[in-house]
Amino acid sequence: MRIRIAHETAYRYDTPATKAIQILRLTPRNHDGQYVVRWRVEVSEDCRVEPREDAFGNITHTFTVDGPISELSVRVAGEVETHDTDGIVRGTREKFPPSFYLRQTDLTTPDKAIVDWADEISGKGSRAALDSLHAMQSHIYSNFKFDVDATATSTTASQAFANKHGVCQDYAHIFCSAARHLKIPARYVGGYFLRADGIVDTESGHAWTEAFLHDLGWIAFDPANGICATEAHVRVAAGLDYLAAAPVRGTRYGGLGEDMAVKVTVDQAGRQSQQQ
Amino acid sequence: MHLTVPVRPAYQQLAHWLDTVPKDVLDYRREEAEFIFRRIGITFAVYGEAASTERLIPFDIIPRILNRGEWQKLSRGLEQRVKALNMYLHDAYNKREVLRAGVIPEDLVFGNPVFRPEMNGQQVPHDIYVMIAGIDIVRVDPDNFYVLEDNARVPSGVSYMLENREIMLRLFPELFVDHPVAPVENYADDLLATLKSVAPVTSSGEPTVVLMTPGIYNSAYYEHSFLADKLGCELVEGRDMFVKGDMLYMRTTEGPKRVDVIYRRVDDDFIDPLAFRPDSMLGVPGLMSVYQAGNVTLANAVGTGIADDKAVYSYMPDIIKFYLGEEPILKNVETWRCREPDHLKYVLDNIEKLVVKEVHGSGGYGMLIGPAADKKTIENFAAKVKASPEGFIAQPTLALSTCPTFVEEGIAPRHVDLRPFVLTGRDKTRIVPGGLTRVALSKGSLVVNSSQGGGTKDTWVLDR
Repeated sequence: MRIRIAHETAYRYDTPATKAIQILRLTPRNHDGQYVVRWRVEVSEDCRVEPREDAFGNITHTFTVDGPISELSVRVAGEVETHDTDGIVRGTREKFPPSFYLRQTDLTTPDKAIVDWADEISGKGSRAALDSLHAMQSHIYSNFKFDVDATATSTTASQAFANKHGVCQDYAHIFCSAARHLKIPARYVGGYFLRADGIVDTESGHAWTEAFLHDLGWIAFDPANGICATEAHVRVAAGLDYLAAAPVRGTRYGGLGEDMAVKVTVDQAGRQSQQQ
Repeated sequence: MHLTVPVRPAYQQLAHWLDTVPKDVLDYRREEAEFIFRRIGITFAVYGEAASTERLIPFDIIPRILNRGEWQKLSRGLEQRVKALNMYLHDAYNKREVLRAGVIPEDLVFGNPVFRPEMNGQQVPHDIYVMIAGIDIVRVDPDNFYVLEDNARVPSGVSYMLENREIMLRLFPELFVDHPVAPVENYADDLLATLKSVAPVTSSGEPTVVLMTPGIYNSAYYEHSFLADKLGCELVEGRDMFVKGDMLYMRTTEGPKRVDVIYRRVDDDFIDPLAFRPDSMLGVPGLMSVYQAGNVTLANAVGTGIADDKAVYSYMPDIIKFYLGEEPILKNVETWRCREPDHLKYVLDNIEKLVVKEVHGSGGYGMLIGPAADKKTIENFAAKVKASPEGFIAQPTLALSTCPTFVEEGIAPRHVDLRPFVLTGRDKTRIVPGGLTRVALSKGSLVVNSSQGGGTKDTWVLDR
């Protein structure tokens, strides 16, 4: 399937900012399940955009802009050819052995509730790892309420788990937290998802997870959709948690009254339904 | 005023002087020393104490003395150790042969909160990670020095080494006539030469060095301003610098100026909110990008915590052998790793005889000294160890060497340790003879940390 993506973040300031710096993780790489046909990164202001590879093998783009900045927009767009690999992820750029992804972070360190939940699902380790991972995915999908107002980017897995509300990012943190507790390497993945319901315009990208099993390798679990990754998923960045794979990390100096608008369009290439 | 214990040869002359000098002269000089310290304002902050943020560190006027032979052995051992630390760090963040060879368990590195994945594959100028190391040394008998702890992140205390000497020169000039004491005053020159030697290859002309501080509320702020002054470099906070197009600049009255080398006294977690803690106000957004581009040197490098971690410490003899193929010159204190079940059992069975430390603790916080603790304290601590064994190590209580110290009841032996500072540059290793001697001021105490009521002494290395 060929998926067309456009992701624009536009900032406006009532009082112009004097300076801005951003690090973008918004560029997909090839792996066995996806081929990047074309991809562009555009920053509205005049600046040099430095491409680099981060410690996890993600592509980053870093830029600094001198003010006054009253408007700034960052847009990435392109097409990615995908195919279904039964959720198995091969051919990715690996910088660490899988065991590294047993490492918990401030956002994923489990509390007692997550530990108990993971232990219960896995039957204290008696259940096959793959089954436990599927069960965790289903449980999150069925029991958590999608709610964009319930959490923020700094919400931890434990907080989201207690809330039973959250977004795909929170689900991914909970899943990683529990899997790592069960000694299954797991990581956070940021990317895009072509929705089955025909909605192509959204206000954010998507997030899911990958867990490592010795006989299968990395397997992508998407607790927000209750499925393993399919050809509808476009993988962009992976890391230990949201912070390591965040689409944008940036700071501005000065600049009051910020208004930020995110527009993400994910559609099948060739389909004309998204014409506006 | 006679010392009743045998006197080491290096102390012979000093002992004679102490025998002949009237006690009121010593009293007077001590008061004078305290007066000077107050006036110049050498203070430090004790976290968790509300009463006053700044305290004076007690200074003992009797110097600690090492002879040339002792120092030579010690400095050879220090150089060896820091060389191995640097090779280990380079390896751990690149090829990871040390893990493949099974010298250190993988999870001790990967699972360690102070391991910085961001440094993976990152090249640092000249492969030097630890430019400034403070190695804590104790002595248990005339022939053996032990390393108690490696400090490879932001070791502090060197300002006391320098101030202590200055005060001794002022108060007891006559002693320096009789004793050929090796100078320490060149430390700042050595540090500056070291920092300049590791400037990025991209920097042109004379590299600009700055000292980066978290600010006035940091416990070592006095030292930061003192050192910046001695180095003749700018003392900056994160907000004084900014990133532009893969270069780092500081704001000056003459406009932005490129920064080549940061002697940073800010912890990894806080130096760049775009790479580490996003809520940090102490860092420079984008600093790590400049670092990755090879356009600034951080001293010490990011991620050096995996070299001075207390759990990694117990592997240091193996690390030295692995990288250098040499026997360690300085010994390691026997260490039980509570992460290993048989070690844990031993520790819990013998806890009242041991010193138990938190792997990630420092400054004497979060430790149990078995022989000095009451039953209740021991029980509570044992429960903590049982709950998360991987967070603790244990060591025997050492018969630390003592040094004559001027206390209330006169001159009496008190336990001491020594923190020499090892500077590693591209060109060479520099170690100023001596270091900071810390002394446990209460009788029998083994805790020398200034945050726990320890004091300091001048340290003399005699050139004979």
